[in-house]
Amino acid sequence: MRLSTLFAAASVMALAAGGQALAGPTFDAVKEKGFVQCGVNGSGLPGFASVDDKGNWSGLDIDLCKAVAAAVFGDASKVKYTPLTAKERFTALQSGEIDLLSRNTTWTLTRDTALGLDFVGVNYYDGQGFMVPKSLGVKSALELDGASVCVQTGTTTELNLADFFRANNMSYEPVVFETNDELIGAFQAGRCDVFTTDQSGLYSSRTKFENPDDFVVLPEVISKEPLGPVVRHGDNEWGDVVRWSLYAMVEAEEYGVTSENVDELKANSTNPTIRRMLGVEGEFGKALGLPADWAYQIIKQIGNYGESFERNLGANTPLKIKRGLNDLWTRGGLQYAMPFR
Amino acid sequence: MAVQERASAAAAVQPPVTERITVLAWLKHNLFSTWYNSLLTILVGYLLYLVLVPVFRWAVLDATVSGDSKEACDFAGACWTLVKVRFGQYVYGLYPEDQRWRVNLALAIAAVAMVPLFLERFRHRLTYAVGLVLVYPLVGYTLFYGGWLGLPVVETPRWGGLFLTLVIAGVGITASFPLGILLALGRRSEMPVIRSLCVAFIELVRGVPLVTILFMASVMLPLFLPAGVNFDKLMRALVGVALFSAAYMAEVVRGGLQAIPKGQYEAAMALGLGYWQMTGLIVLPQALRLVIPGIVNTFIGLFKDTSLVTIIGLFDLLGMAKLIVTDPRWLGLAAESYIFAAFGFWIFCYAMSRYSQHVERRLSAGERR
Amino acid sequence: MAAAEPRSGRQSRTAFWNDPRVRAIIAQAVVLLLVVAGAAYLINNTIANRERLGVASGFDFLWQVAGFDISQTLIDYDRTYSYGRAFLVGLINTFYVAVVGIVFATIIGFIMGVARLSSNWLVAKVASAYVEIMRNIPLLLQLIVWYFVVLGGLPAPRESIALGEGVYLNIRGLFLPKPVFGEGTAIFLAAVVLAVIAVLVLRRWARRRFEATGQPFPVFWTSLAILVLLPLLGYVLAGMPITFEYPKLGKFRISGGLVMLPEFMAMVAGLSIYTGAFIAEIVRAGILAIQKGQWEAAYALGLSRGQTLRLIVIPQALRVIIPPQTSQYLNLTKNSSLGVAIAYPDFFNVAGTINNQTGQAVEVIAITMAVYLSLSLGISAFMNWYNARMALVER
Repeated sequence: MRLSTLFAAASVMALAAGGQALAGPTFDAVKEKGFVQCGVNGSGLPGFASVDDKGNWSGLDIDLCKAVAAAVFGDASKVKYTPLTAKERFTALQSGEIDLLSRNTTWTLTRDTALGLDFVGVNYYDGQGFMVPKSLGVKSALELDGASVCVQTGTTTELNLADFFRANNMSYEPVVFETNDELIGAFQAGRCDVFTTDQSGLYSSRTKFENPDDFVVLPEVISKEPLGPVVRHGDNEWGDVVRWSLYAMVEAEEYGVTSENVDELKANSTNPTIRRMLGVEGEFGKALGLPADWAYQIIKQIGNYGESFERNLGANTPLKIKRGLNDLWTRGGLQYAMPFR
Repeated sequence: MAVQERASAAAAVQPPVTERITVLAWLKHNLFSTWYNSLLTILVGYLLYLVLVPVFRWAVLDATVSGDSKEACDFAGACWTLVKVRFGQYVYGLYPEDQRWRVNLALAIAAVAMVPLFLERFRHRLTYAVGLVLVYPLVGYTLFYGGWLGLPVVETPRWGGLFLTLVIAGVGITASFPLGILLALGRRSEMPVIRSLCVAFIELVRGVPLVTILFMASVMLPLFLPAGVNFDKLMRALVGVALFSAAYMAEVVRGGLQAIPKGQYEAAMALGLGYWQMTGLIVLPQALRLVIPGIVNTFIGLFKDTSLVTIIGLFDLLGMAKLIVTDPRWLGLAAESYIFAAFGFWIFCYAMSRYSQHVERRLSAGERR
Repeated sequence: MAAAEPRSGRQSRTAFWNDPRVRAIIAQAVVLLLVVAGAAYLINNTIANRERLGVASGFDFLWQVAGFDISQTLIDYDRTYSYGRAFLVGLINTFYVAVVGIVFATIIGFIMGVARLSSNWLVAKVASAYVEIMRNIPLLLQLIVWYFVVLGGLPAPRESIALGEGVYLNIRGLFLPKPVFGEGTAIFLAAVVLAVIAVLVLRRWARRRFEATGQPFPVFWTSLAILVLLPLLGYVLAGMPITFEYPKLGKFRISGGLVMLPEFMAMVAGLSIYTGAFIAEIVRAGILAIQKGQWEAAYALGLSRGQTLRLIVIPQALRVIIPPQTSQYLNLTKNSSLGVAIAYPDFFNVAGTINNQTGQAVEVIAITMAVYLSLSLGISAFMNWYNARMALVER
């Protein structure tokens, strides 16, 4: 008798503890602990996320983590990074190990629903491509029948690859690697003829090659790969913070607000959109649960989307990626921030 | 006196002068005793020549150590320049350079503090060991992680290299040893519930590969905990490694417990000792002594297994070697990097295995006496 | 003072909390309670976490289309098959590499174990150097070196190393001629079966005769002759039904033939050389455990050194060798999960991919653990059975 009573009591306690824990949404938890735990690409993708000898992270995805920290704390350095492999990333987010996943992750229906995630925007529009050694003499992906293809595990690319070859009635041998670095090593050693991933990933990986000029990216793009930040499903306030941090960067570029002129514009601008965004007018910060100058802090410390893009991927970087799809909608691209109103 | 006696006894049994070994006789006896032995010697010798000479050339004669970039190396031989330039990273990982003295200091303290454990004269080794296990983690944690006494915090993701390997192995060894003993006692317990729980745990853990446990610890553990509760990734890996080796340790200790004659238990009980007194004072000291080699072998296994944390994204010695290989400035030097890491692991494991053989010999000598 | 008092009847009945049996029950109840409460707590958290996230749960995903390909498939599989089938492919790959690895590890281990005891100094030293180096370097590191350094140094397909008729080695793998079974294969197979049966019968007959008359019969050579000649005869009679498909150099790779992927080769090399070092030690210890008297008695009976080793020493040493050998086989099988580091699609690797595509970490890890656990239990059950068969039958 006593045993069963005790058991029941313990179960109730356990249940209570479990139930209580649910009441802490990420936003409150982040504010309480004082930093954003950001899941990023662990095997290093120069331009998107890479770490130097001193342990400093940089890249487009890193800038987004910093932007969120700047918005919440007014301090872009209040981020801790968790390097993740493609395989670990969703479980790490589901389990609460990280607050935000900013790791060149493709937005798909399954991931948005069955995996318990919420995509909050797109910080890079991409598509899957192929890279081959020049010496192979291949001009088109349709000539790849019978090739052996290096691909990273747990990615949409792995699935698209299977679809593409099947749709074109071609055979291939997949060689599936756990991390991008292992893949790069094996590809350079000649283990496979083709390296496939998002095109940005191909350009980024190529900067880590011994002889980058011996390899060429084929023209075909076989899929849509909208890459963006991810939060846990049902985490709406936190999702809003991340979404609007991203939009603030895009909107700032559209209105010509840069890290250099933001102080001046904050003081003198008469443009109502800029005034609203920088917190001079309106109460947008309050609506998001952020300080009034949240967007100002993002732009001041990280810059607008265009600045971040140029700094990490643009003409002055080894990647030399053109804006293309990632140009502003006003210039024929897809980057389009929802109105600040 | 005794020494003299022994010396004269040895002199008495010395072989006759005619059988003293000369080089030729040695060769004949050990290498060319029969025709097939001669053939074997020549064949193996030739194979060794084929393998060792180019390796020696590559690794020593044609190798480069000078310079501080890849350009200093010609590719006729190994480019040890890489190891020289990045030595700090192999040892400390991404630990900030100006703070590395803390690691050195903590490891030096550990080395010095462990000396008494190997002094056979020292009477209170067990008490001392327990004290060390209780006190040292505080010292180590303070120095490694910092955060007080004016030491800046060094986050665990920056820990790496040989240092991280030693931390994981050290924590794993100190945690798995007592845990393994408890599990072994539990498995031999007369209480059915405790026995079956211990058996289930041991067999479950021993039945699955360490990677699955590490994967679970690194990725899934937070899913089992309330939202917002979180441990450090290194902490989770440590728990995984410790639990894993505890199960193996338990089986080794159980072997020792089984070898204790029943009379020992009966005598202890006859003296009126309770379970814990009997176990702690009579049974365990004998059982553990019997299985020291097995225990050291488990430690060696654990030390090697620490390399698996590379798979979950921690940068131990192997992880660092892998990371350095991908540096665009040093591409194409995988062999050098891995050989150096292998050497690092080998030194420690070999030292431990020699120690275990030494203890084994001493124990069996004791037995004979 | 109390201890000095003579014990009265009442005092000898100890209080119930001092009764060892009651204590044992209470202790067990407390432990059980703690474990159950802990488990309930964890399970409850997991359920709550998953509900909050809206993650799919249950094992229905096993029947959904997997959508990804696997490089090495020993059964039919492509992207249109289910996740369940992908698990099976991974499991078979694990079996495959474990079995091949065990065979090679045993061969290497026995040779090196015997070599360590060789009277030839050089051979003994080489063997002990092998053991001391290989068992003291982490397997994962060895696998990485095999795959990225050794096999990474192999030539491109167009510069393949030809190792004989239709056998090529290059960075894409080892290519072998593939047997194609034509009509009449059945006759050949029947001949093979017949040869095996004949050998078994011969061995029984030879043993009976040996026990009855003491006359040894050259079983080994006769068996070999039967095993070679009978199938050969069947093969010729059936009109040589088996042809070989030779690998051909295509644009990207060598097509046709049998291929062993470099990932597989690196796994086999790493696993068998690493485990072989441990087996060598076990074999050495096993042989050393045989008393000297056994050797001397055998020599006294006029047996040669080889016969002594084969007929007297090794059969006895096997009894010492088998139990630790079992755990080495188990270790090798579990260590095959390190294939994940070098792109070998073993069970753990495929499970990881499935986990990532479905997001059902709990189910996937449960399946993984269950599979490895049953593999382990299976191997130890088999080895226990074999051990029991080999055990000394005391009359």
